[in-house]
Formats: sequence, structure tokens, C-alpha cells
Amino acid sequence: MDNKIITLSHGAGGEAMHRLIKELFVKQFSNPRLNPLADAAILKLNEERLAFTTDSYVVKPLEFPGGNIGQLAVCGTINDLVVMGAKPLYLSASFILEEGFPIQILERIVTSMSQTARAAQVEIVTGDTKVVPRGECDGIFINTAGLGMCPLGHGLSKAPLTEGDAVVISGTIGDHGIAILAAREGLALQTTIESDCASLHELIGSVLKESKGVKWMRDPTRGGLAAALTELAESQSCDIFIREAAIPVQEPVRAVCELLGFDPLHLANEGKVVMVIAAGEAERIVELLRAHPLGRAAATIGQIIGGGMGIVRMKTEAGGVRRLHRPAGELLPRIC
Amino acid sequence: MEPLTYFRDAHVVRQIARETAHLHLSQPVQLMEVCGGHTAAIYRYALHDLLPPEIKLISGPGCPVCVTSNDFIDRAISLAMLPDVTIATFGDLIRVPGSTRSLADMRARGADVRVFYSPADALEWAKAHSERTLVFLGIGFETTACTLAATIAEALRNKVENFSLLSALKTMPEALRVLFTAPDAQVDGLILPGHVTTIVGWHAFEFIAREFSIPCVVSGFEPVDLMETILMLCRQVAEKRASIENQYRRVVQKQGNVRAQELIREMFEPCDMSWRGFGVIPESGLKLRSSYSQWDAENVSVEVEPTQEDAACRCGDVLRGRIHPTQCALFGTVCTPDTPRGACMVSAEGACSAVYQFSSGHHGQ
Repeated sequence: MDNKIITLSHGAGGEAMHRLIKELFVKQFSNPRLNPLADAAILKLNEERLAFTTDSYVVKPLEFPGGNIGQLAVCGTINDLVVMGAKPLYLSASFILEEGFPIQILERIVTSMSQTARAAQVEIVTGDTKVVPRGECDGIFINTAGLGMCPLGHGLSKAPLTEGDAVVISGTIGDHGIAILAAREGLALQTTIESDCASLHELIGSVLKESKGVKWMRDPTRGGLAAALTELAESQSCDIFIREAAIPVQEPVRAVCELLGFDPLHLANEGKVVMVIAAGEAERIVELLRAHPLGRAAATIGQIIGGGMGIVRMKTEAGGVRRLHRPAGELLPRIC
Repeated sequence: MEPLTYFRDAHVVRQIARETAHLHLSQPVQLMEVCGGHTAAIYRYALHDLLPPEIKLISGPGCPVCVTSNDFIDRAISLAMLPDVTIATFGDLIRVPGSTRSLADMRARGADVRVFYSPADALEWAKAHSERTLVFLGIGFETTACTLAATIAEALRNKVENFSLLSALKTMPEALRVLFTAPDAQVDGLILPGHVTTIVGWHAFEFIAREFSIPCVVSGFEPVDLMETILMLCRQVAEKRASIENQYRRVVQKQGNVRAQELIREMFEPCDMSWRGFGVIPESGLKLRSSYSQWDAENVSVEVEPTQEDAACRCGDVLRGRIHPTQCALFGTVCTPDTPRGACMVSAEGACSAVYQFSSGHHGQ
């Protein structure tokens, strides 16, 4: 079989994308700031430490329950900065527009970008606009880049991950994935699920201000919680043990997953953070998270265990233990 | 307690596992789950992990994507290359390699291949796109046959002329007969598919216990269902009897869904069908009756490439329960869910994919 073309699985956040990034992009661009493949690069300029990130948004439909592509483009980039422990300051916004795209929809998208940025005290300071002939892009694609500052004194703990550290999720998983799926053309599915699309600067800020216990953070977007935990285990060479029963999932999300054969752990989130927390601080940090509206359902879902093989294991609801992998290929349903 | 919560209760599961262990089976017992849904559930909940070591679970020929043969995929690819044709398929099938390529490869090269969650959605799409000819790839068993029959009936009522079916629909009893007639069959008990028996009724499988002396239990899909089914099978083994029992009483009846059976009979007639791992099994498929030939994509004449089989791929042996996926030399090295060489590594219900994704530690454990 000919594998030498890009397929949709190269963009799905799973194993194929992981390999494309490692074997092409990192190989060609390699440098100490890129190579850790964190959500944002950390740059040292004079005495300052800056966080720098970029992301493109191609979500379909453009408007969905709980948000739209513009809100997503601002929140997503802010979140990539804040999970690195940075305070987001400035964004860029580039638009690729398709000939014939209604200006009314563009106005709605841009208005929500502006509101979301203002609420996070972030300025959109530069941008670009391109229009391509009809049929050469799907309505609108947006790219945002973000710059943030890593404040001295607080931020992420420098302590290494050790056995007993707690793994915490800030709320229910899979909401964004199911909201998009349900809103997508061709799927007659009615749910009340809204995307969790939200900027996490306040939630994470409230934790970092009060505690020095956070050792690692990531927002589990494409590839879901499973991809985030696999990434964590591999990049930090640690083993992780989680309990499925402890992972918060909304009932309607669970129901749609049952119906279509999805695993909630593989579904995208746009307003959640996974944290690794020093054992003694976990309880206090879960309380801090729960005190914020975006963290009400925060829960400890597992811990770092000894071994160092870079493996994630999960005790299933039924009690058996299995390994957790990145989702493979596109998300596809079971068929009978 | 919510019903679904009960059927996943870890305490209940453990209790049943203890009862199973107390049977003190003197010999190893090999149980086969026929349905891909069961394979997926067993691995997803890691039920292997909870069973006494003498009980071994092997997968059978009940994952529809897995048993789809190369010649069907090749034919679908030829249709996909025709101008104005849109191929509609259930998700997993698009990544299954045919003789030389997959439908996903063709899509990446510009063919219009779309994933639908139900035939009814595909019919709606066809109505809205009268300029295209939609070919639905009908894979699956009696459950899918029933929804496809209803969809064709709907197309007939609404005079939708740009919808057609390429059928690889299969019926399960014939394949199981072939499986157990083979001299190398090593199955001590059979976990019968809950969804198929919902349609055809469990009486359709009575012959397996009677003719082959293999204990059979119809099972639901939740962890408690499957553990209870395994216990029921092991009891039969311990008591040296072979009968058909129904664990999935809340859904499955002896006669099945008679109306659904009538609908299937009205639209389809039995035909010889090619199965991956089995070859052609007489009368084990369903094709549209000639009165509905207008909706049959089998009648479209296209040139199809000569069928080739991947000599190294052992999906056929996996589907017949002859080997565990890890006994295939390609497993986990050349063949992974991202670079599948065989259908069993593609489908979420395939034994190879399930073992790869959900093994307890290193692959094969």
C-alpha cells in the first residue's frame, strides 16, 4: 500500500500525526526550544522567559453549541500558553476566507474573538487576511499565534515527577468532541451537550497563585485525555495508573459514546486541563479548581507509579486493568 | 441503581469471577466470542484480567469489517473511481486494505468516499444530491440487513433513484457450521452474538449444541453480561452438557424479531458469499431480489483489479480462532492500527486491534 500521501489520520492527534511531527517537522526544524514539543515554546530573551505558540482552526461546523471557530481560535491559543505556566499577553489573528463567505457570519466570529480576548485581558495586535477562490477553502480558516510571559516566582514547579504524584482533570471529558459530532451535517443526533470551549487563564491562574504543587499541565484537545496521558508518560518517562470510574463524564456524552462506539477518553476537549500535582498538594488543588466555575467537576483520576516505562494503565469500570494508547486513525464508530 | 451501572458494577463482576473460579475446571477451556461487539467489550473492560487462567477467550468471525473480503473492497474502489459516484460506508471499512489499496487511499486521491452512521442518513444525503449516484457498502449481518432492507423500502416509496446497495451482507449460522465442521476446531463453548440473535432468534443457533455438542450462551454486551455468560458456559463444561442458553433474556427471544425477518426475506435472497479466512460459503450471504435490481450496485459493470491476498497476513486464522493475534508475525511491528496490513487490525471490533489497543501491558500479555 502507498503510504506516501497525507491522510486525515495525520491530523487526528493520534499515532500517525505524532509520527509525522517527529519524523518530518522535528527532524528538519530541530532545536532545543522546539524539541520538547510542549504546547508552547519557552524562549529566554535577556532576563525574561516568554512562551510562544501557534495554532490553526478549521473546525466544522463554524458555529456549534457552546461556541464558534473564533472563540475557539482565541481560547485554544490562550490555553496553550497558560498550561505552560505563562500569562498570555498578545495574539495574532490570520484569516483565510473563501470567496462568497457571508460577512454577517464573519462579523459574528470576529466579535466573539474580540470578546473572548478582552475577557482574558489579551490584545490581538497583528493579523493577516487572505481570500481564496470559491471551493479552495471551506468558508474560513483561522490561525492565531500567542505570546505570553512566564512570571518569575510562580508558575510550574521544577521538581521532577515522582511516584505518588496525583493526576487531576479539571472537569468532564468529551464535551467538545460530542458537541461537534452532534452538530455535524449527516448525523441526526440530538443532544443537549455544549462544547466546553473556554479560556483557562483564570482557572489555572487561581491554582498557580495559591500553590507551588503543579508539576505538569496540558490541555487535552485532539486525541483527548488518552493522547494527553500517553504524551505525559512518554515525554517524562514515567508510568501512570488511572481509574476509569474516577474520570468525570457527563451522562449524555456517555450515551452518545455507547451508541456510536466512541471512547470518551479519545474525544477532544477545549476547556479542560490535566495536571500532575505533588502528592501532598493534590487535595488542596482539587478544592481550588472546584471553587472556580470551570473546575466544578475536577477530580483526581490516578497517579504516577514506579516503573519508568512510559506506559499508561487504566483500571476499567469493570475492574480489569488494561493499557491506554493514543487513539489510532480517525475516530470511527463501531458498526453493529 | 441505574440499570447500566449495575451491568458494569465491579463488585458484581468480581463476584461472578469468584464463582467461575470455584468451578475448579480441571482442564483449559477455550471459549469463542462470535461477535465483534463482544470482542471490543471484553478488551475495553479488560475482562481477561479477571478470569481464572484456565479460561481462554478467542475471537470468531463476527466482526463485519474483518470478514469482508478483498474482492469486495476492490470492487468498491472501482466504483469509487467512476465519475458522479459517491461511496457511502460505515466508518471502519474505509481503512481496510483491499488487494492493493484502501478506500481511504482513494479518498485522499480525490474519490468521493463518505462515512455515514446509518443507511437512513445516506438515503437523506442521496435525496439532497440528485446529481450524484450514491453506492452504499452493505457489510454486516442480519442486524444491518434489517436496517438496509428498511432503507431500500424507503427509497422505493420515495422513488429515490440515485441510491444503490453493494451487498456483502452475511448470515452467521452457515459460517459457524463451516467453522465447527473443520477437523481443527478447538472451541469448548460459544458466546453467541446478542444483536444477531435479537433479529433471528436463538433457535437459529440450536444446531450448534445439538450437532456439534458445543455449549452455547446468548450474551449481552456489558461486563456483567459477559462474565455471567462465561460462568454459564463453564458450568455446562463442568457438567459435561451442551445446550443453548440465553443470558440476554432482557432483549433476545427464541423466535427473534419476526417482522424484521420478514422484511429481510422480502428484500433479500440467500446467495453464496466470500468471507475473509473462509473463502466462499454457500448460501451465507444476502443479495437483493431481482425485483429490486434497480437498487443493486452489483449490476454496475466496472473493471475490478485481480484479487490478491497478502500472504503474510493471518487475519483468516485469527477469524477462525486458530491463532491468537500475537501469533501473527506482522502483529504490532509491521501491522498496527495506524499501518494496518489486515482487516482485523483496522476495525474497532477486530481481534488484532483490540489486543493491540487494550492489552494489559506489553502487547500480547
